[in-house]
Amino acid sequence: MLKYTIKRILAMIPQLFILSILVFLLTKAMPGDPLSQAFRANPNLDPAVLAELQEKAGFNDPWYVQYVNWIKGLLQGDLGISYIHKVEITKLLGDRFVNTIWLGLATLILTYLIAIPLGLIAGRYQNSWADKMIVGYNYVSYAVPLFVFALLMLFIFGFRLDLFPTSGSVNPQVEPGTWDYFLSRIHHLILPALTGALLSTVGTIQYLRNEIIDTKHKDFVKTARAKGTSEKNVYNRHILRNSLLPIAAFLGSDIVGILGGSIFIEQIFGYPGIGQLFITSISQRDYNVVIILVMLSGFLALLGTLLSDIILSIIDPRIRIEN
Amino acid sequence: MNSVDVNVQKSETEQNQAPTGIHVIWRELAKDKLALFSLILFIGVVLFIYIYSFLLDQSAVTTINLRNIFSPPNAENWLGTDYGGRDVFGQLVIGARNSLTIGIVITLVTSFIGITLGVIAGYFGGWVDYIIMRFIDFILVLPTTMLIIVFVSLVPRFNVVNFIFIMSLFYWTAIARLIRSKTLAERELDYVSASKTLGSPNWKIILFQVLPNLSSIIIVNMTLNLAGNIGIETGLSYLGFGLPESVPSLGTLISYSTNPDVMQNKWWVWLPAAILILVLMLCINFVGQALKRAADARQRLG
Repeated sequence: MLKYTIKRILAMIPQLFILSILVFLLTKAMPGDPLSQAFRANPNLDPAVLAELQEKAGFNDPWYVQYVNWIKGLLQGDLGISYIHKVEITKLLGDRFVNTIWLGLATLILTYLIAIPLGLIAGRYQNSWADKMIVGYNYVSYAVPLFVFALLMLFIFGFRLDLFPTSGSVNPQVEPGTWDYFLSRIHHLILPALTGALLSTVGTIQYLRNEIIDTKHKDFVKTARAKGTSEKNVYNRHILRNSLLPIAAFLGSDIVGILGGSIFIEQIFGYPGIGQLFITSISQRDYNVVIILVMLSGFLALLGTLLSDIILSIIDPRIRIEN
Repeated sequence: MNSVDVNVQKSETEQNQAPTGIHVIWRELAKDKLALFSLILFIGVVLFIYIYSFLLDQSAVTTINLRNIFSPPNAENWLGTDYGGRDVFGQLVIGARNSLTIGIVITLVTSFIGITLGVIAGYFGGWVDYIIMRFIDFILVLPTTMLIIVFVSLVPRFNVVNFIFIMSLFYWTAIARLIRSKTLAERELDYVSASKTLGSPNWKIILFQVLPNLSSIIIVNMTLNLAGNIGIETGLSYLGFGLPESVPSLGTLISYSTNPDVMQNKWWVWLPAAILILVLMLCINFVGQALKRAADARQRLG
């Protein structure tokens, strides 16, 4: 087990390395550096000062020197400076990263709260009207693009019905640390999290439904029934235990999916997280921030798949042996 | 022998034959009314969009008319006008045409790359398979949306061809994986071994024997991918990192809703485009799911 985990973690390092080089080269190739951008806004500054500043920031070094310096800083926890906001990226990221984590967690929890009961009902009462409704919902949620759905949710529940705030992560007039502050945060979270969750249930529902339909006809379930186990216990103790566990393996791909969707969700709901920061940074050519955000997302996605693989290997010993 | 006998014999042989692909698909659609309705609606909408946009005077649609800003739907402008006084209905048709065309092109390109690499990896196996699969594994964990946005803002003279190229770089992996796994199973079958023994070259076996056997899976996947690709393109265009400004997309129209005033009070600018995307996606998916069931005998309804 430990051996497999270590092997998987080691396999991650070259992937991270290639990702970092790729992203670094890309962002370096972007037209116009942020200093000259800031300069254009203020024409009174001397061009000689600009050249000096560019030299100082290392923009004139060859790319591999810049890359090595960047990696060195990264390993020491120094993510660099945002040239547009004139603050350290760690500071810029802080709150937004926490916001994104909260949004992701809320989305994940809602996803499972919706998907698990629906999957169980659809599998247990196969071909009933409830099953047909759930399968229909699954088709629709698979087909609908996230950003269109998010806009419609915002339009209906945020603007028309006025039930939820239409932007932000908390009401700025509320004192931090109070009960109201907490409630305000939750109030801002519900709509974006629910939107993401309603569309990310597809895999889990489909998996659970198929799994339960399969398990229903297996010998050990027949044995349990033959022994006179009540229908309730057949499901709760025999079928569920076997079908629910592998759901944990979806965790990784769910995390990757939710992170990918966070760009749209945060942009549409005006939620100040890293997805929104990414869009503003790339529009302002704040490429130091862009690099860090792409790296961070790639890293989190890798971590997610790693988590999935490890959970799967705990559940299913065949994977460990194969590798 | 008279003609009646011949007819009887003929109908008997017909009954013994397995139903052809078109037959199976037709039976499935006849059974699944929703899919049939979706197919008719989709063909109707697509025909209308292409014919209407062909007849439409594009310059009239894109001309700015400041006296007619944000007028609500009326007899002249069926869906009102936008912030530049331009007809929303005309823009909707042009945007839908562009989004559809680009979605189709991206689907064709990604399928071509995916099928080629997938079939090569699956058929030959060994180190070829290993290299292709590691490459795919790497692309799969990349933050795709972010990287596409970075690429789009990086390309100096950004145009439609660039956009299709950038999208295709990232979205061929899923179909490649699927085709590889199916080819892996296919190459173990007797007909492939028999062909090899008879001395057929590999490319002939792949092109004329393996691929035709995978055609149903390929068609199903291309249908579902088409919906996905239109969704991704319009989403990126919504964010402002999709099609260039000269080529309006459905996403461009929807992006006007970032202004809360338009979102709340001028719904006619963005809501029709959002609903059109929704309808197109649902239609393509319902048809795709019916095709999927037709391709797998165990799931058929008809």
